[in-house]
Amino acid sequence: MTAAVLEINDALATYDPVMGLEVHVELNTRSKMFCGCPTEFGAPPNTQTCPVCLGLPGALPVVNAKAVEAAIKIGLALNCEIAEWCRFARKNYFYPDMPKNFQTSQYDEPIAFNGWTEVAVDGATYRIEMERAHMEEDTGKATHVGGATGRIHGATHSLVDYNRAGIPLIEIVTKTIEVPGDKAAAVARAYVAMLRDLLFSLGVSDVRMDQGSLRADVNVSLKPSGSTALGTRTETKNVNSFRSVERAVTYEITRQAAVLSSGGKILQETRHWHEDTGITTAGREKSDADDYRYFPEPDLVPVAPSREWVEELRATLPEAPSVRRARLQEEWGFTDLEMRDAVNGNALELIVSTVELGVPPAAAKKWWLGELARAANDSGTELDALPVGPAEVAEVQKLVDDGTLNDKLARQVFEGLLAGEGTPAEIIEKRGLALVSDDSALLEAIDRAIAANPDVVEKVNSGKPAAAGALIGAVMKDMRGQADAAKVRQLLNEKLGI
Amino acid sequence: MTDLIRKTAAELADLMASKQASSVEITQAHLDRITAVDGDVRAFLHVDTEGALAQAKAVDDKRAAGEQLAPLAGVPLALKDVLTQEGVPTTAGSKILEGWKPPYDATVVKRLKAAGIVILGKTNMDEFAMGSSTENSAYGTTHNPWDLTRIPGGSGGGSSAAISAYEAPLAIGTDTGGSIRQPGAFTGTVGVKPTYGGTSRYGLIALASSLDTPGPCARTTLDAALLHEAIAGYDPMDSTSINQPVPAVVEAARNGDVAGLRIGVVKELGGDGYQPGVEARFHEAVELLTKLGAEVVEVSCPHFQYALPAYYLILPSEASSNLAKFDAMRYGLRVGDDGENSAEKVTALSREAGFGAEVKRRIILGTHALSSGYYDAYYGQAQKVRTLIARDFANAYEQVDVLVSPATPTTAFAIGDRIDDPIAMYKNDLCTIPSNLAGNAAASFPCGLADEDGLPVGFHVMAPVLRDDLLYKVGGALESALAEQWGGVLMTKAPELEVTR
Repeated sequence: MTAAVLEINDALATYDPVMGLEVHVELNTRSKMFCGCPTEFGAPPNTQTCPVCLGLPGALPVVNAKAVEAAIKIGLALNCEIAEWCRFARKNYFYPDMPKNFQTSQYDEPIAFNGWTEVAVDGATYRIEMERAHMEEDTGKATHVGGATGRIHGATHSLVDYNRAGIPLIEIVTKTIEVPGDKAAAVARAYVAMLRDLLFSLGVSDVRMDQGSLRADVNVSLKPSGSTALGTRTETKNVNSFRSVERAVTYEITRQAAVLSSGGKILQETRHWHEDTGITTAGREKSDADDYRYFPEPDLVPVAPSREWVEELRATLPEAPSVRRARLQEEWGFTDLEMRDAVNGNALELIVSTVELGVPPAAAKKWWLGELARAANDSGTELDALPVGPAEVAEVQKLVDDGTLNDKLARQVFEGLLAGEGTPAEIIEKRGLALVSDDSALLEAIDRAIAANPDVVEKVNSGKPAAAGALIGAVMKDMRGQADAAKVRQLLNEKLGI
Repeated sequence: MTDLIRKTAAELADLMASKQASSVEITQAHLDRITAVDGDVRAFLHVDTEGALAQAKAVDDKRAAGEQLAPLAGVPLALKDVLTQEGVPTTAGSKILEGWKPPYDATVVKRLKAAGIVILGKTNMDEFAMGSSTENSAYGTTHNPWDLTRIPGGSGGGSSAAISAYEAPLAIGTDTGGSIRQPGAFTGTVGVKPTYGGTSRYGLIALASSLDTPGPCARTTLDAALLHEAIAGYDPMDSTSINQPVPAVVEAARNGDVAGLRIGVVKELGGDGYQPGVEARFHEAVELLTKLGAEVVEVSCPHFQYALPAYYLILPSEASSNLAKFDAMRYGLRVGDDGENSAEKVTALSREAGFGAEVKRRIILGTHALSSGYYDAYYGQAQKVRTLIARDFANAYEQVDVLVSPATPTTAFAIGDRIDDPIAMYKNDLCTIPSNLAGNAAASFPCGLADEDGLPVGFHVMAPVLRDDLLYKVGGALESALAEQWGGVLMTKAPELEVTR
């Protein structure tokens, strides 16, 4: 069922949106949050489990120190305070994929709180206040079989895989975000994209949205323009791409505006996001009386990270992605558009590595954003999955610099590399690609060109040196492109006395 | 050697060391005793005859091969059914776990096995350790070997009854509010609740995580100490386990010198509601310790009066959460799974059939105490009381080395007497509960028989965290002084059980 929606401009003319984002990040620790089970993605169901993550009677959790370390790093990168002492709590509720029927999470004592971060949209910077980042465990995964929709309703039975149960999660929660309504959706998208880059740079997560290692819950409410009273919010769960985050915010604004302007009321509820149709539908109604019966987890001792440890971790933090990007753009002299292409095309790190191997930034950009981006696109693979890496690009560029190749030949070498024909040297050998630098061979070709084009020579001699270009072209054609054009020009000029 | 069952664990160890008896003989003697008397006592839920004999034989083989063995290697033991033992049925006294065979050993069980201790079987208990009489077991009541019409105490009634019926020289119990000490007192045996975190909870089916403590049950102080040493110590699998050396309990039990020890009698644990015979034996024991050179003073712990209500909010709160996992989906009882009922309905039907009345009562209590709007008034308040009680202990331990009281207000009561009156039942744990709330060490030692009914009375000793050795010091002193009067340990005064086989 598609609910009526208002045009976004009409919606924003009457209402101001308020957002809140909750992002769940699966950490890439080798073992789970509370036991030693491996965390590898995609293993056969229930092969990565033990009494602890299966919640068997008698089993007890023990906190994974690496997960705490990752949580602190994330907190620090988001300018949060790190708790001197915090605890886990039990969130009691029933769900078939939750083996203990409570989730061990943090409640009123998160490890990181009160932070801020910034995102840039269309050249403007927006400050996002952070509420908290807390640690918790993931649930198992239920597959509902036999129904038409794959949902539990109508299914004949359900299968549960507990491999994911107990994988460490960090939930990152913003305070309310109030930005101009026409920017809201873009800011939401930019925030999640920024988080992804940040988490990647920290090395704490694989940040694969397609595998669910980064999932966003999007809270949206509307208030009449200019009003300060907050409206009722909805929570759209598990939005799993940047684009969907943007679309989900826009959709909820237009949907809620339609409900409100027709005199209706917004229900406080969770909503499901539908990627295919771009709409949300009602999920579970969620009131403030939702009673999880939180209480401090008695099976775990409190977590009290020493200040020394926190400072040690702070010292290891990499440059924030946004800061680093601005610095690289400045150093490389890229335009905004070039920089955006590099980032969006996942070429930034490849260019960095290539430049580190001594290749001029402009050349690195040319190959990665040109030839290689095209090849990746044509073969439907990721840029970093190509059989050509920074080392190969640097090798080819070195051959261009020392005059062995020109750009045209270099492109053919890349073609050979992509086809797996061997090393650049082998490809040059096999395809006979090296530039001819032997003067006598070039002079012979020049002689042939002069002999074949007396009219051009005539023009040059009559005071039109620009006409010599045609002769160069003829020589290059004769040499099948394997001549250094500058060298040809030099020899021709000497020959013609210009 | 027909009297093998009357020997202490230490004596049995000596017999094996000097090759006068084998573990197989000793184990068989106890298995025979179980066959002979357990029809009346009903201490065991499951007897692992084959497993026990196999373990015994393995120990005998190792000894024959000249291997160096742990002090209690080859001695049989009865295990409370709340600890997981790989491949052996474990029910926690509940129908909801009927037939469940855990795929793993509790840390305590691992250590017992590593020490070569032979596990005879699993003992009866109040369902999920909720109770003070073992009448709440889903598998029937255990009877007190001193008087079969009486309860043996709870929740570890099976473990204490097993050792007092000479079915095993040693047993493991768990103590959440007194479940080792109170049955110990009622059966004239030694029951020790080690410091919380001194013994691992890994594999102990949780009642209340912040209170549960596994510990030893035995007929003598030395036996308890030997068993204590075998199971205690840091366990990386239990986050609340204490990473400190185990106190020198065996040495303390052997030495038993209380000269100069400062002993505090807790003023609040006595008087109204305490059986005169219990109070009389308690005061005589205090007298005796004074004669042995201990310094005795009266100490006040004003917040102990709130321990019972605080405990009965904290315990059900934690229990309500701990028991949520029993949803009939993955193990244990499943009722109504006929293809028509939803998963929720199957869970509800299974819980209805699988949980007993006391368990349901406490789940409801705990769920309510934790629910929003009531949390602060109940759970939060109880936690504050807990802090005050810990402070009472800390203050008291500034003046004295150990605190003492009767272990229970009365001797063992008759089966059926209090089962319909939960509050009366709860009051039985008045003396034992404060130690659980504070996490410190405590034990009950036999100190005589009450004049009114001729039933055993327990002498309760409480010691600071990780000073478990002080318990054994007092227990050892008391035991040897009383043995002089009685001509042996109190257990020798127990009436003979009629052998029914």
